[in-house]
Amino acid sequence: MVRFVLSRLGQTVAVLFTVSIIIFALMRMIPGDPVLMRLGDDFTQEAYERLRGELGFDRSIVTQYLIWIRSVLSGDLGDSFINHERVARLVFDAFIPTLTLVVASVIVGLLIAVPSGIIAAMRKDSPWDYGSMGFAIFVYSMPSFWKGIILIWIFSVYLGWFPAMGYVHPWTDLSQGLWRLVLPAVTLGTFFSGLVARIIRSSLLEVLDQDYVKAARARGVRRAALVYKHALANALIPVVTVIGLQFGTLLGGAVLTETVFAIPGMGRLSVSAILNRDYSVVQGAILVGVLAVVVVNLLVDILYAFLNPRIRVA
Amino acid sequence: MPSPLGAGDRPFDPEGLGVPAPVVASAATPGARAGVRRWWRRFARNPGAVFGLAVFLAIVVMAALAPVLAPYDPIAQGVGTPLERPSAAHWAGTDSFGRDILSRIIYGARVALVVGIVAVLLAMAIGVTLGLISGYYGGIVDTVIMRIMDGLFAFPIIILAIAMMAVMGFGVRNVIIAVAVGFIAPFARVTRGDVLAVKEEPYIEAARLAGVGSLAIIFQHVLPNVLAPIIVQGALRVSGAIITESGLSFLGLGPPPPTPAWGRMIAEGQAFIVMAPHVSTVPGIALMLAIVALNLLGDGLRDTLDPRMRR
Amino acid sequence: MATNPAFMNSSDPVLDVKNLTVEFSSEDGPLRAVDEVSFQIRRGEIVGLVGESGAGKSLTSEAILGLIRRPPGRMAGEVWFGGRDLLALDESALARIRGKDIAMIFQNPGASLNPVFRVGEQMLEAMALHLPEPRGALKERVVETLGRVGISSPQTRARDYPHQFSGGMAQRVMIGMGVSCTPSLLIADEPTTALDVTIQAQVLALIRQLARELGVAVLLVSHDLGIISQMCHRVLVMYAGRVVEEAPVATLFRAPAHPYTRGLIECLPRLDRDGRLGAIRGMMPGLRALPSGCRFHPRCPIAEPRCSAESPVLRSLAAGRAAACHLAEVS
Repeated sequence: MVRFVLSRLGQTVAVLFTVSIIIFALMRMIPGDPVLMRLGDDFTQEAYERLRGELGFDRSIVTQYLIWIRSVLSGDLGDSFINHERVARLVFDAFIPTLTLVVASVIVGLLIAVPSGIIAAMRKDSPWDYGSMGFAIFVYSMPSFWKGIILIWIFSVYLGWFPAMGYVHPWTDLSQGLWRLVLPAVTLGTFFSGLVARIIRSSLLEVLDQDYVKAARARGVRRAALVYKHALANALIPVVTVIGLQFGTLLGGAVLTETVFAIPGMGRLSVSAILNRDYSVVQGAILVGVLAVVVVNLLVDILYAFLNPRIRVA
Repeated sequence: MPSPLGAGDRPFDPEGLGVPAPVVASAATPGARAGVRRWWRRFARNPGAVFGLAVFLAIVVMAALAPVLAPYDPIAQGVGTPLERPSAAHWAGTDSFGRDILSRIIYGARVALVVGIVAVLLAMAIGVTLGLISGYYGGIVDTVIMRIMDGLFAFPIIILAIAMMAVMGFGVRNVIIAVAVGFIAPFARVTRGDVLAVKEEPYIEAARLAGVGSLAIIFQHVLPNVLAPIIVQGALRVSGAIITESGLSFLGLGPPPPTPAWGRMIAEGQAFIVMAPHVSTVPGIALMLAIVALNLLGDGLRDTLDPRMRR
Repeated sequence: MATNPAFMNSSDPVLDVKNLTVEFSSEDGPLRAVDEVSFQIRRGEIVGLVGESGAGKSLTSEAILGLIRRPPGRMAGEVWFGGRDLLALDESALARIRGKDIAMIFQNPGASLNPVFRVGEQMLEAMALHLPEPRGALKERVVETLGRVGISSPQTRARDYPHQFSGGMAQRVMIGMGVSCTPSLLIADEPTTALDVTIQAQVLALIRQLARELGVAVLLVSHDLGIISQMCHRVLVMYAGRVVEEAPVATLFRAPAHPYTRGLIECLPRLDRDGRLGAIRGMMPGLRALPSGCRFHPRCPIAEPRCSAESPVLRSLAAGRAAACHLAEVS
């Protein structure tokens, strides 16, 4: 187990290194001179040279990368070109609502997916199976931003049950925060449920076919214990992996969903930064987003190993 | 432990009563016609896949015949009064510029299909090539390529596409590239894995001993044998590419206006959701139908073509 | 160890299977995988069920415990056990019998234990289902059972996971779990096929000991005539879903009545005979393409015209002997 964690940790560092190079390279590929862009109206040759030296653009590309990565590692993502705020601060403030939305969506998704996946597997080839799998494909295929608009139309405009937009931290105002989170979380969570329900179904069917389920049945284990204890304990392990693998997709979906519900998260931050050509913010936002994906994947892999005795007790 | 894509509901086969083994259709083998026919019989038994194929073909026809089918010029403003409800003159109503929504949806199919399919083909060409090189040569080449792929894989596709748009600026060509970049890594991984398996086959060794060059072996012997799962991957990825394109359009980073892109139409309609809900909802139906169809079609292809990916 | 009172009278069979039939619905109509199989097993008796894979041996044994999924499976006939027809019982009544009165062990012991639960927990679960004892007492029983089937340091091994057990050890666990509730019938489906030869002998000895000392009736399913000859009192030979011969073990090997049995025995390597091994030509037909008449006739060295026309019934040749062959002689 310790060896497994260490080797996964090593892989994670390697991936993060590659990611940092990709992001660094992308930002250097942006057309236009970043020094010029920063100077704005105060252009003089002297000021240009000074800023160029300050930013390290007169050194080799490798040195530039090292300077950049050192400041990133010390938590410094630079300043916004536009309003000169710390990028780390801006990104952190935008990341919290996005992460809140993702976590809420995972919860909503599992609440839908676990029962419907089990029902579909238990009553394979029945209307229950077709119904829940049809629903799964349907919600999975609906683009999240469109689904969000439809939900606003029905539940905010027509029924008036939920607010159409805005965000409040659930920990500053629990009822308001959760209230505003319902529609966005349902929007993104149903997408996730569509994916997970299908995986639970197929993984449960596979497990129910295993010899140990037959053997447990031959020992007199009742059907309920067979399904909910013996089969589910095995069938849910892959679901953990899926949460890890799909965290990136969920983050991407959150970026779009936020835009629909006017949540001040990573989506709004990065899109407005792109439109304003505020590249240090774009860079910081992407870096933090990918970092989150990589870290969640690491945690999920460790959790997977912990849940699986064949890895935990080697 | 079952894999996430487990082999759950194979046809029940007690004691090997002889349910016919899955056949991978390959155009190169004799009896390919019979194989295709058998594949089609399996495919036709799957109602979802057939529905998906039908809807997909309808969208292709719609895109191809857009100038004939569209009742109005999709970018002409004021062909109706703004925000008109659906009527006999404008079946899907008009948007805030008085443009005919149905015409824009029909032309929008072109954008969605072109971006989706070209992006996947581009990603496939690059990813498969990288995967072939990586898997065939191994060693340091393999390590470098696959580490880069691991890095790319860590990026959520839409976020990578947003970053690419930030770097490259707007335009349909750039949208295609931005969408394609996110799909390179999965193709490279799938191809590499299959190449590693195929590489050990005796006929590859035989070709090598016969003095066939590496490139010829890769493209004439390895590639044909790893093609089926790659094609399935490609079919499964088109819907993802279309979702990514529409997401970029929705954020305002897609093909620039007035190009009729479904995502942008949905975004533009959101402001009028109270007065004129059709502006946003109707293009979304087209988008959703396309994605449902492609997902069902992709699932059908996977289940019938590639025995390893059966669920 | 106490004997199950329902089977005090040792002349009554523990298990009485009458015309057991198993069918599966398929696209080509129903497929009959087990066709009118009948046999009995008495207390302490080991009955072998032999045949090639696909002959219906495993399905027969699973059908007795009602383990076949319905649909697509369908069963007919009678399975009398403890005064009740098991085929007529519902799932919850069957669950009370499974593991308590009838134990079953499988071919692949490693895969027969749930990988995510500790071995001791799984044994405890099985015992708690059938034994009205407090948990503490059951825990002791788990350790005691593990010791009895020859697992060293059972106290610590009970806390291990299945993947930490070798195949032979896992099969011992399965047997221990099977007999912990003192069943009157043990069904062993290819119990040693996945094991090394030395381990195989130990596991077989354990099964034989159960039959002799506790009077457990055993149905031993195997494709291995060697094992059958060492272990069994009586043997049933199955071919393409049907029983083609039944005989006491010595008689079967000395004077097989059915040409298929003869073929199987000739396939065995023997020290007292040199030259080439015999082999039965051809392959057992699939259920989708059964031949007319006797199902064995296309492969039979002595087939006559009527063999392809008339299906032979299983008829008695002598006391305890029967064969389904037109040409078998009554002795």
